Amino acid sequence: MTNHWIDLKNADVILAMGGNPASNHPISMKWIMRAREKGAKLICVDPRFSQTAAKADLYAPLRSGTDIAFLGGMINYILDNELYFKEYVVNYTNASFLVNPEFKGPAELDGLFSGYNEQKRNYDKTTWSFQKDENGIALKDPTLQDPNCVFQLLKKHYARYTPEKVSGITGTPLDKLLEVYKLYASTGTPDRVGTECYAMGWTQHTVGTQNIRAMTIIQQLLGNMGMAGGGINALRGEANVQGSTDYGLLFHILPGYNPTPNASLVDLATYNEKNTPTTKEPQSVNWWSNRPKYVVSYLKAVYGDAATRENDFGYSWLPKLDVGQNASWLMIFDKMLKGEFDGFFAWGQNPACSGANSNKTRQALTKLKWMVNVNLYDNETGSFWRGPGMNPKDIQTEVFMLPCASSVEKEGSISNSGRWAQWRYKAVEPVGQSLPDAEIMNELYFKVKELYKKEGGAYPDPIVNLSWDYGERDAAGKIKHVDIHAVAKEINGYFLQDVYDTKVDPPKLIGKKGDLVTSFPSLQADGSTSSGNWLYCNSYILKDGKEVNMMARRGKDDPTGLGLFSGWTWSWPVNRRVIYNRASVDLNGQPWDPKRPLLKFNATKLSPTGTPGVWEGDVVDGGGGPAGSPTGKLPFIMKPDGIASIFGPGLAEGPFPEHYEALECPLEENSMSKQRVNPTIKIFGDEMDAAFSCDARYPFVCSTYRVSEHWQTGCMTRHCSWLLEMQPQNFVEMSVELAKELGMTNGETVVVASGRGEVKAVVLVSERFKPFKIENSTVHQVGVPWHFGWQFPEDGSGYDSANLLTPNVGDANTMIPESKAFMVNVRKA
Amino acid sequence: MIDNRSNNKTREPNPQNQKEASMGVSRRDFLKLSGGTVLVASLGVNLDPAKAYAKDLRIKNAKVTTTVCPYCSVGCGILVYAENGKVIQVEGDPEHPINEGTLCSKGSSLVQMANNDTRLTKPMYREPGGTAWKEVEWDWALDRIARLVKDARDKSFKTVSKAKVKEKQPDGTEIEVEKEFVVNRTDAIAHIGSAALDNEECYLLQKLVRSWGLVYIEHQARI
Repeated sequence: MTNHWIDLKNADVILAMGGNPASNHPISMKWIMRAREKGAKLICVDPRFSQTAAKADLYAPLRSGTDIAFLGGMINYILDNELYFKEYVVNYTNASFLVNPEFKGPAELDGLFSGYNEQKRNYDKTTWSFQKDENGIALKDPTLQDPNCVFQLLKKHYARYTPEKVSGITGTPLDKLLEVYKLYASTGTPDRVGTECYAMGWTQHTVGTQNIRAMTIIQQLLGNMGMAGGGINALRGEANVQGSTDYGLLFHILPGYNPTPNASLVDLATYNEKNTPTTKEPQSVNWWSNRPKYVVSYLKAVYGDAATRENDFGYSWLPKLDVGQNASWLMIFDKMLKGEFDGFFAWGQNPACSGANSNKTRQALTKLKWMVNVNLYDNETGSFWRGPGMNPKDIQTEVFMLPCASSVEKEGSISNSGRWAQWRYKAVEPVGQSLPDAEIMNELYFKVKELYKKEGGAYPDPIVNLSWDYGERDAAGKIKHVDIHAVAKEINGYFLQDVYDTKVDPPKLIGKKGDLVTSFPSLQADGSTSSGNWLYCNSYILKDGKEVNMMARRGKDDPTGLGLFSGWTWSWPVNRRVIYNRASVDLNGQPWDPKRPLLKFNATKLSPTGTPGVWEGDVVDGGGGPAGSPTGKLPFIMKPDGIASIFGPGLAEGPFPEHYEALECPLEENSMSKQRVNPTIKIFGDEMDAAFSCDARYPFVCSTYRVSEHWQTGCMTRHCSWLLEMQPQNFVEMSVELAKELGMTNGETVVVASGRGEVKAVVLVSERFKPFKIENSTVHQVGVPWHFGWQFPEDGSGYDSANLLTPNVGDANTMIPESKAFMVNVRKA
Repeated sequence: MIDNRSNNKTREPNPQNQKEASMGVSRRDFLKLSGGTVLVASLGVNLDPAKAYAKDLRIKNAKVTTTVCPYCSVGCGILVYAENGKVIQVEGDPEHPINEGTLCSKGSSLVQMANNDTRLTKPMYREPGGTAWKEVEWDWALDRIARLVKDARDKSFKTVSKAKVKEKQPDGTEIEVEKEFVVNRTDAIAHIGSAALDNEECYLLQKLVRSWGLVYIEHQARI
């Protein structure tokens, strides 16, 4: 979330699209309803009349997989009716930038952008660039009239998304469509703010990233980014999925969103050169210019004293991907099925039910030599070898199931969707012999290291040089138990030497050797500081000589009344509660809306250093004065240009989102263009990856979803009898009309089948689904929750996972599988 | 056997961090305060009615700690009541600014997630071709895993990898050339997980698996 949960109360219009907060983030509705009590309107756009829709002022249905058409139509509506916030658009976005005249879009190229390579299924992005002056600064037309400026190109692109066209694609009744557009676009004035809440309903598509980008364009046009009650809010699915992402448990990023190195980045200097953006724009903060400081501080945290300037701070010890190597989820199971892995760790995760195309995942597991599964409960992954259709005697995988402690049996922090890192305390000892996960890691670290010390082996350097100093050691030098506070402090970072600010004369001491670093502006690129994750630098600090765990704070002050609660726990970065908050003020630093004073520049008050002018309110994004002053800074500090990107040349499919159909869809053609599906997705072509579009055998659109009573694959909820009693088994939800057509009634067990697999489900006939009118035909959509699995309840009464149905294809940028739009059949059992 | 008892002693929330915002004492406030924090006397209000109410409740002797819900990402605060080393009750933390004491169906059931007869309590092992789980000792399981990690890593370790890259020529043109690059990795082991871990554990885990040379590292955020 750019904003945070409580901030939802500050919105005038809340759009829940691509998410269902009432069911899946129930307590968030407290804040949505708090906004409604003050007169705000809730809009819900969803294929199904969800629990959120039941609380909404306005509900509009759409067929799964057509969000870009819907949002593209809204962009067109905003531009056509001139409902955008012009001052914001001109000053804080790249709307005025002039684009390369060679650039062409789908309006001219029938669904493609310039530079497409059909064989490679990718783009040469040369023409997706800006015209620049002799100093390398983009040429601009603040009047927004130049035919090559971003604003005019945007207009041209979305002029094709007329309400009638959109309604024909999405199946949304025309009047509802226009009602949504009108209400949401009403937030384009300085005194009205709209926010968006999405979840996997937007990400789990082949166009997932572009779904979200389409919304960011709307938020930029309406001036809603950076505002209290605004922003783009990803309602993340798990208690600490924000933290686990921040900490780089992904193939493409190290902690703090530093890219993982690849083979061509042969040394640290090359890595930094390639990954550190530069800018000639004098008013841009360009925060990522600090990247070398964060990377060196990370290496110092990871390798300690062994990381020296002479050895490039241990950069060569980090494993390197090949150039272009994609090591993401779908690739892992594709390679596993081909027998390319010996070993596999599934740590706190149940991929046999959670990954798309679960039959493939389950088959892939049989090809492993060994697998380690760490969990609270037995599950479909650990026990895959005794699952449906498996013959244990034929499966040669050696399997370890390690019991871990639950969240109330250890201490540490987790980060919620609003980026609040909150400390949890230990209430009781772990049950039985279960161990906190950190203890299991500690054991494995020492055991593997011991083997290398004793026997030697392939390149032991990264193992023997790893720093691991988290508490008392036994006689053999092993850490007896991990002191989690020591880890939290290593993450925050230390001054490893006395560090001076050499820009002032005489140099001023910033930090003393051995002290915790106060916040990331103090981190250095010369090895004099450490920080395991720069984003969390400031989470555990030294204050008045005492170490303070900021994540454990319980202050309740709320001076702005906006619900920032800046003294409650801690939020990254540097306790900032709303990201890009500088966009909430005008060029003079005064709030666009004085009723929502998130931030305000007080020009007369003296700063601690004695200069006039301080920011009041939230922790200001970046330093410097208001954008309109000579030394002022532009608001979008993470972007090299300092402004937000309406034209975004970074993504695979193009700089503006374009509607493409899902890989499996009910239509033979995409009525927007000749390109039926996203032209840049990777096509997996093996037998287990089969896809069937517009095929009479699989006539119904299907989407997976969640219910309040269960969580993810159900591993942590199916075992709770209260929850299982409320939602005991898999179901397939369908419209009254479809149930009649199929001769099915409530409560009967049927089979839902796709081109990849089948799952049993109980029929749930509901008014919540309605048949869609798409072009001139009727399209039915059904839904299946994905919380169930064969392993528990042990009598099989819950049936199995809906992910047996989902397709083996991912978003072109992120490779997140397309679990929200695919085709199935429903037949009698 | 590896001892899981002496790690990170159970701790009460720091009373310094628990300043009460409201001077009124609700039932929940009272119960929380009576559970081990020290502010009751400092409130200077009459607690008799609340005490009378709490007298016969089963949490009257319980120790209370704060936690954050392990399910969705809203981050609701929860009070965990424990007695004799067992969780006996959970309820929403009334002081928490997000949930203000409320919880959903899952959060309210946390007591069943922690105390559950189906929890794994011992390491289990299934041998190749085996038809059942066997209970094993921690040390045996971890020694065996360490051995398997080392063997897979040693056998597969790539110090260099060949790749075609574009190289600028003196005349300004680019040509594709095959070169050898240092990669120092293993492609024989993959790791997934986990968004269910604490931040500190996520950090340790990425540190550990990257030290072994893994690049196939993923978790829930990708799906």
